Amino acid sequence: MTNMLQNRWWSWGFRSAILLYFILLIVFPIIGIYGQSLTNGWAALVDNLTEPIAWKSVLLTAKLALFATIINILIGTMAGWVLIRYRFPGRSLLNSMVDLPFALPTAVVGLMMLLLLGPRSEVGHWADSLGFTILFHEPAIVVAMVFVTFPFVIRAVQPLLEEMDASEEEAAYTLGASRAKTFFRVILPAMVPGIMSGAMLAFSRALAEFGAVVLVAGNIPGRTLVASVYIYGQIESDNPAGAAAVSVLLLTFSFLVLWLVSYVQSRRTGR
Amino acid sequence: MKALWITLTFIVFALLLGIPVVRIAGGAWDDGWSGFAAGLSRPEAVHALMMTGLIVVIVTAVNALFGVMLALYLVRAKWLGTQLKRIMNSIVDLPFAVSPVIGGLMIVLLLGPDTALGSLLNKAGVPIVYALPGMVIATLFVTFPLIVREVMPVLQEIGDQQEEAAHLLGAYAWTTFWRVTWPSIRWSVVYGVVLTVARTLGEFGAVLVVSGNIINKTQTATTLVYEDVENFNLTAANAVALVLAACSIGLLLFMEWAKSRKAS
Repeated sequence: MTNMLQNRWWSWGFRSAILLYFILLIVFPIIGIYGQSLTNGWAALVDNLTEPIAWKSVLLTAKLALFATIINILIGTMAGWVLIRYRFPGRSLLNSMVDLPFALPTAVVGLMMLLLLGPRSEVGHWADSLGFTILFHEPAIVVAMVFVTFPFVIRAVQPLLEEMDASEEEAAYTLGASRAKTFFRVILPAMVPGIMSGAMLAFSRALAEFGAVVLVAGNIPGRTLVASVYIYGQIESDNPAGAAAVSVLLLTFSFLVLWLVSYVQSRRTGR
Repeated sequence: MKALWITLTFIVFALLLGIPVVRIAGGAWDDGWSGFAAGLSRPEAVHALMMTGLIVVIVTAVNALFGVMLALYLVRAKWLGTQLKRIMNSIVDLPFAVSPVIGGLMIVLLLGPDTALGSLLNKAGVPIVYALPGMVIATLFVTFPLIVREVMPVLQEIGDQQEEAAHLLGAYAWTTFWRVTWPSIRWSVVYGVVLTVARTLGEFGAVLVVSGNIINKTQTATTLVYEDVENFNLTAANAVALVLAACSIGLLLFMEWAKSRKAS
């Protein structure tokens, strides 16, 4: 009897500890930041968001993240396709390299981009002679975002290609469709859900990226200041309300994207 | 056609992934071995690397314990309603959607020196923000989903028949876990732990906000790289960055190995 009672106490203790930890660590901070942005009412929130530097930084981030996502859709779909469909020497090496951007610290990525695109490097020289600078300007931010979000589309497309039924493709060929037509009418539609969910994850990651971007962006308000760096600047200059307002905007957006991805995935697996 | 696509893929990988890594490996040696050694043997570099190591150990241990427990509860527990489980399940992913800077801001807003809770803890002699506890909490928040997400699918896949059989045969819950459940989830826990270590090692935004980046006190390896770059001390930054990059590439290789073990 005492043994059983002990057992029950133990399991009750464990349960509440885990639940408490979960609520304190994850739920509480998120509620806290929404609360903070509304402490001075709606008007203050709107005030903080209509600050030109604030909304320009959010808009700039969205624009650049969109560019990075489009580039990633193109090269990610290609790389995912090549890595699954073709057999060639070096394939498994490339396949393990895909995860590299996830493993590398973002500050290290920023330093890499700085060294690679800076005025002292070959790329910087080459761009200089063509009459434009990459570093501290928009292209550098896009390159950093592409690097950081590189694995998303590839990793989302690969399982779809792997489980795709070869017979559909063969049927298309048998019916006389050309390679290009088969690709665009049969294979690509099957890949689209993966491309879309990978692209959405990449987009929300690019929106949130800080480490890789802060070192290569010029951080000039209104021109090369992205949202996460703006938030950091507001925290440093002791304006938590301004930081919280932009954070809430970004967070709400990211949550929507996350929810959309899981909705699409649950519909796909549900079928 | 096929050759063209393969060549293009090789070019993309070389340009985007290969050259940057080679560049950072080369950059640390710009001033020869002495430049690299000098960059690493600075007291602040040694302290920053120690700090990062300490955070990695604490965060990995806490996350491994709570992550596995939560995964078990979310998959197996009958005392949680289905609806509640579904809500908790989607909340687990939220830290992935939160920008690290925002994650740090959350901690500052809740536990910063200006808040009621923060000043109370400060008076009790446990400073949270601009000190180690805050940095640990911020990193815990950011890395929370990794282990849970690795372990949950495996638990779902293996089902609970074997566990029930063990239970019916009179095994204690603890024995059942160690002898029945653990062997099948072992590799996914290892995989999740490796991901957590890699992410903790590289955590930058959240830690930068919470730590205040105080040299020789709360500076970690990544925030030191940031400060060195801001001070145009590129060779020194490169030396620390190379150590970090080497660690994460090593972890990546280990992950590949663990994956192949998991598959076999």
